[in-house]
Amino acid sequence: MVTQSVRSARGRAEVIIAATRGVGAMEEEMHTDAKIRAEIGTGCSPRGPGCSLRHFACEQNLLSRPDGSASFLQGDTSVLAGVYGPAEVKVSKEIFNKATLEVILRPKIGLPGVAEKSRERLIRNTCEAVVLGTLHPRTSITVVLQVVSDAGSLLACCLNAACMALVDAGVPMRALFCGVTCALDSDGTLVLDPTSKQEKEARAVLTFALDSVERKLLMSSTKGLYSDSELQQCLAAAQAASQHVFRFYRESLQRRYSKS
Amino acid sequence: MAEPVSVAAEYLAGSRARAARTVLGQVVLPGEELLLPEQEDAEGPGGAGERPLSLNAGARSRVRVVCGPGLRRCGDRLLVTKCGRLRHKEPGSGCGGGVYWVDSQQKRYVPVKGDHVIGIVTAKSGDIFKVDVGGSEPASLSYLSFEGATKRNRPNVQVGDLIYGQFVVANKDMEPEMVCIDSCGRANGMGVIGQDGLLFKVTLGLIRKLLAPDCEIIQEVGKLYPLEIVFGMNGRIWVKAKTIQQTLILANILEACEHMTSDQRKQIFSRLAES
Repeated sequence: MVTQSVRSARGRAEVIIAATRGVGAMEEEMHTDAKIRAEIGTGCSPRGPGCSLRHFACEQNLLSRPDGSASFLQGDTSVLAGVYGPAEVKVSKEIFNKATLEVILRPKIGLPGVAEKSRERLIRNTCEAVVLGTLHPRTSITVVLQVVSDAGSLLACCLNAACMALVDAGVPMRALFCGVTCALDSDGTLVLDPTSKQEKEARAVLTFALDSVERKLLMSSTKGLYSDSELQQCLAAAQAASQHVFRFYRESLQRRYSKS
Repeated sequence: MAEPVSVAAEYLAGSRARAARTVLGQVVLPGEELLLPEQEDAEGPGGAGERPLSLNAGARSRVRVVCGPGLRRCGDRLLVTKCGRLRHKEPGSGCGGGVYWVDSQQKRYVPVKGDHVIGIVTAKSGDIFKVDVGGSEPASLSYLSFEGATKRNRPNVQVGDLIYGQFVVANKDMEPEMVCIDSCGRANGMGVIGQDGLLFKVTLGLIRKLLAPDCEIIQEVGKLYPLEIVFGMNGRIWVKAKTIQQTLILANILEACEHMTSDQRKQIFSRLAES
């Protein structure tokens, strides 16, 4: 696998895709258009620092043990995901008519705590809505996520990595899903894909999981104070941004299959 | 707010179901819907308003299309459930619409009836062997499913042996069962795999590529050293050559040839043939 990292003028790391092993560096030019501008929301000034999604990069099939694996980068946030399944399940955990989906999230430092448990549950509920578990009853599908670096929008990055890893493992799904984070700061400016500094200073941080077929909402996790109309605005902004994420998925998977 | 509206409209336009014929050979993603050929005519430029009245209304001839791996029927359309290239095979005898399937790259095997696989015996309980085939459950193999086996003449199978057999029962609801005889009662190459040799794992796509008719890789490997080789559809390959070194070289070549182009492969073979 080939990955190169180039420090841009602003000091953000841009990591270049290598969707399959042994692919050359021709992917670089494909990723300059991954940076998107979505200027939506009240009071977003044209010279505002962040109405855009950060650079994406994704690498698949990088681990040899799991059945599927993917690494997803959004700006400086990076999550590594591995999927095992459909595999054997303990009799105490088996469900007679569908697959048992387990998600394990490990933070970068320290033991997993309550925050990780709640994020695991959110990711599991999203995956269960999308994975066709009835095709593999009495089996288990395990998604293991490892946080490599956290620079904001962690839950959205975990969702994206989990989706790419499930596709890599060949688990049957009825749609793809993606995660998008919005932050609302004190004067109502909407920022998509916030960095950790922007998340700390925001008055509300909202994360949505959207599916690829009709942009329906699969999961939402919000923190802070916001009004009903602001929620609708954030949801609309996230739905528009998810189009770019799905286009990125499509390009990444097409590149992977173009090798064979 | 005009931008998100136009963006949403562009997306929705793209999510309309496409005709399966136009997408053949392209990469399809989970969630896409594909139209079968007979439906395209109904939704084409003619439209419901201009179609002439047919005398036997309601008896539209249906073409029987088989939905292969990676596709599910959803209403009248095909829903893509795995990512990969869409393929189609015309029917041999002329009736029916052929088979559509998605060629995906996977490592985990799911048992399918009729597949020939290599399994490892993990347990012997009474009259049944439990064989690990790489799926979610171990398959069961009865001691009577070997050629020439009777209650008095039991086959010599120990825990840890390699077995080459085929599935007679393999569906999502039942435990998979395998046998080492074909429908006529003959072994036909199945049974316990002999001593020595090396078993290693590759992806399912590579096995399908190697088992395709006229695969160059196998012909070239055969010219290199005399060897015995068994391919299991569950991603396992057993290889045996005269010396351990040759066996290891063959195993490395087969594992690596998934990612090599044919030129690189020819270079490696020519280098090995010289030495």
